Amino acid sequence: MDTEITLRVDGAAHPLTVDTRTTLLDALRERLRNTSPKKGCDHGQCGACTVLLDGRRVNSCLVLAVTVGDAEVTTSDGLATDDRPHALHRSFVEHDAFQCGYCTPGQVCSAAGMLAEARAGWPSAVSDDGEIDLTDAEIRERMSGNLCRCAAYANIVPAVAAVAADEGVRR
Amino acid sequence: MREFRYERADDVDGAVALLAGNPSGAFLGGGTNLVDLMKLGVATPDLLVDVRELTSAEVTDLPDGGLRIGAAVPNADLAADARVRERFPVLSQALLAGASGQLRNRATTGGNLLQRTRCGYFTDITVPCNKREPGSGCGALGGPHRNHAILGQTLEGPGTCIATHPSDMAVALAALDAVVRVTGPDGEREVPMADLHRLPGDDPSRDTTLRHGELITAVDAPALGFPSRYRKVRDRASFAFALVSVAAAVRVDDGVVADVRLALGGVAHKPWRARVAEDALRGQPATEAAFTAAADAELAAVAPLRDNGFKVPLARNLVVRTLLDLAEGSR
Repeated sequence: MDTEITLRVDGAAHPLTVDTRTTLLDALRERLRNTSPKKGCDHGQCGACTVLLDGRRVNSCLVLAVTVGDAEVTTSDGLATDDRPHALHRSFVEHDAFQCGYCTPGQVCSAAGMLAEARAGWPSAVSDDGEIDLTDAEIRERMSGNLCRCAAYANIVPAVAAVAADEGVRR
Repeated sequence: MREFRYERADDVDGAVALLAGNPSGAFLGGGTNLVDLMKLGVATPDLLVDVRELTSAEVTDLPDGGLRIGAAVPNADLAADARVRERFPVLSQALLAGASGQLRNRATTGGNLLQRTRCGYFTDITVPCNKREPGSGCGALGGPHRNHAILGQTLEGPGTCIATHPSDMAVALAALDAVVRVTGPDGEREVPMADLHRLPGDDPSRDTTLRHGELITAVDAPALGFPSRYRKVRDRASFAFALVSVAAAVRVDDGVVADVRLALGGVAHKPWRARVAEDALRGQPATEAAFTAAADAELAAVAPLRDNGFKVPLARNLVVRTLLDLAEGSR
């Protein structure tokens, strides 16, 4: 059943007519040709489709496009400013934090959302009280919604840790 | 995915009226479970009524020191709420032990309570499942079922079902004697957590006692006033459903159990409030021997299956360890 919506993505508004069944992920990839978010499992288990919705990380494969409303969608592409990569982009490159790269945009968006959560003082299953300190164990727990089939985790954790340290949420 | 109409209503009553007039419709909250089930062909609503912005997304104080949690409060926000962390650590810990950061951001309090089982036979439309298709049989009983129920199952007849309820949050709310506030076609009512979810009985298709068109608007957690915690055992260190989990709260006065709350997850079709163990413990010394005897009394009712007998000692040990930690902490 067709519905008219306007998606705000990476700073631009896009009027669209979509079938109500269209997920945000499919609208981004198939309609707006923004292939930054990836379709991995399409069931909310792998995190490859992670985007920020009003700054909060979500699985775009489980969000129906008709429900997005005025919320601002930010993909990994949109984290760059004036064609300059985001600190997380640079850190992933510097730490060689990928092999095939398919999960990377989701990892980057998830890390951006996770760092904002840490700055806001959100607890985790690893430590639910005291000052936030994104230890390696914390990063693994807080990033557990993002899988990497190449198992580049050994470099993803340091890539995220370096940015966490710069942002003052890792001692 | 079946085609569906998407509607928003102006208020809760409007949403309830929309759904009450359509037996094949469903409310949509965060969608983290429902959208997935629609993709799988397990849920086939022809109308979705979006209620995410209709109910409160706030946590507010109740006069007795408890908290009212709006149905639209995301799981992540509830876990991070300073009042929840201080007054009901068991609830914050349960939420943080479940799902992933992305899912907790989107999933709502009301939706978390109404999520469906992750039984692999329920989510696979090519195999029999009495919950998904009443009367078709139970694929799980004869197949691999190490993660299925050990308590309260229906093991024969058309109601056969050994599924577990997947929520961590619901186990904590069951232990907290929370009350679910509901608006339906016949008005508002309050449902104690103990009465919200059902055992499969002869109709496993019904997870809860809610009627079609009834919408959860809030959950009230009454004041507790003593230490609580949640402990979960799973196959992975993170982002996995419970094999067994325990929500516990205990008040120890002069070495004696003055009050105790205990609920188990991963063991039954509903959050399993362990009232037998609670009754056995009140007035007893807060010792490992007493905790073990209480756990054994609760678990006397188990019906372990071919593959999941390991859950029985796991549940007992988890209860004892969690109670000991709480008792030691309050000394």
